[in-house]
Amino acid sequence: MKGGHDLGGKQGLGPISPEPESEEPVFHAEWERRVFAMTLATGMLGQWNIDESRFARESQHPVDYLKNSYYENWLAGIQNLLVSKGLVSEEELAAACGAQKAAAQLIIPNAQEALRIIGTGGPTRMPSDTVPTFNIGDTVRAKKMHTKGHSRLPAYAQGSIGIIEENYGCHVYPDKNSLGEHVGEYLYRVRFSSSSLWGSSGENAYENEVLIDLWQPYLENFE
Amino acid sequence: MAHSDNEHAHSHGHSHSHSHDHTEPPPELELKVKALESLLVEKGLVNPEALNAIIDNYEHKVGPRNGAHVVAKAWVDASFKEALLADATVAVAELGYFGRQGEHLRVVENTAHTHNLVVCTLCSCYPWTVLGLPPTWYKSAPYRARAVSEPRQVLAEFGTTLPDKTKVRVWDSTSEMRYLVMPVQPVGTEHWSEERLRGLVTRNSMIGVELAKSIDDNSEQA
Repeated sequence: MKGGHDLGGKQGLGPISPEPESEEPVFHAEWERRVFAMTLATGMLGQWNIDESRFARESQHPVDYLKNSYYENWLAGIQNLLVSKGLVSEEELAAACGAQKAAAQLIIPNAQEALRIIGTGGPTRMPSDTVPTFNIGDTVRAKKMHTKGHSRLPAYAQGSIGIIEENYGCHVYPDKNSLGEHVGEYLYRVRFSSSSLWGSSGENAYENEVLIDLWQPYLENFE
Repeated sequence: MAHSDNEHAHSHGHSHSHSHDHTEPPPELELKVKALESLLVEKGLVNPEALNAIIDNYEHKVGPRNGAHVVAKAWVDASFKEALLADATVAVAELGYFGRQGEHLRVVENTAHTHNLVVCTLCSCYPWTVLGLPPTWYKSAPYRARAVSEPRQVLAEFGTTLPDKTKVRVWDSTSEMRYLVMPVQPVGTEHWSEERLRGLVTRNSMIGVELAKSIDDNSEQA
């Protein structure tokens, strides 16, 4: 979906105003630490995957998404998931008081197990027995896809022409993964010239390129 | 929404509380987070010690020094550099850096002709194993919006100016591939030890918004 999160090329957002690197703490407040840790820890319950987690954040109203700070969006995301997966009820969230519906059948990682899960990670590369549709050097067009669900095809790339630069092999396909279907699709790195994406204005006096990782269903042949 | 940007000394009179609203969070937000944590603990859905271990890991154990180690080693060790550019996931794992948000790592090398810049326009994808958690600006709407459409202006806001002829390649991290920029080794450091070189490799240089510190920058801080 082209929600508030799909920000590539949006204008009017102002300067970046970075904090100096040497002065920036990892977290800026205690509640950020807690939201971050709760997000990882509840993710380890195995009730949702990373694409469902992203979708939970990006399916907020775009005004809320943009107004919220980063970890407020994470907070909204886990609240949404805890309720939709039946781990916590709306009433419990509202009252924030414990009820029954405990996690008897869930495995709750302790500190050691949590660190093991972090250290192991979760590779998304998958085996495949199909032949990739595109070859390196092929000219392709990013499709126009106005899907309601989760997608990793940015709006700004849609309809633009690029060149396949590399085939990364089959990776879990986010559009289906967000629906709980664990299937792989070929993932390519596609090179777009700035002018293909933004027309002949702006910085196009320079040779800028944007590389976007795109799954095969996002692409079509361009002659 | 809480808003405190006094320490950033903005000169543009522009409101952007959303990416800087941290020094004084609204009390209701803090309460909401505390209540949620109590609820999850009470229901047995999270282990409080696991929460603390997760925070400690990302606040103290992983961070850009991991990436600086990788880059400095690549500068001094040609065979490591070759292995790193061929398969960064494996090469970096051999230094002990592997895990979440680093499962499929790619190192992209800056040269005299090409400058690489990493962004995630759709969320905040970032190579945690080698850089730790991303800085606030990396996750902010202006950076995510503008890095792909006006990278040179973005670089200028970090004080980075490139020669006109340099090609800028912007990597939008839309998949689970994670990108780490290998900055150009500063002039005059050819005989430095790996240990000493690490001090020149900043986090921002490994995202691509800045160059590695020059010898002059380094001595100013020393």
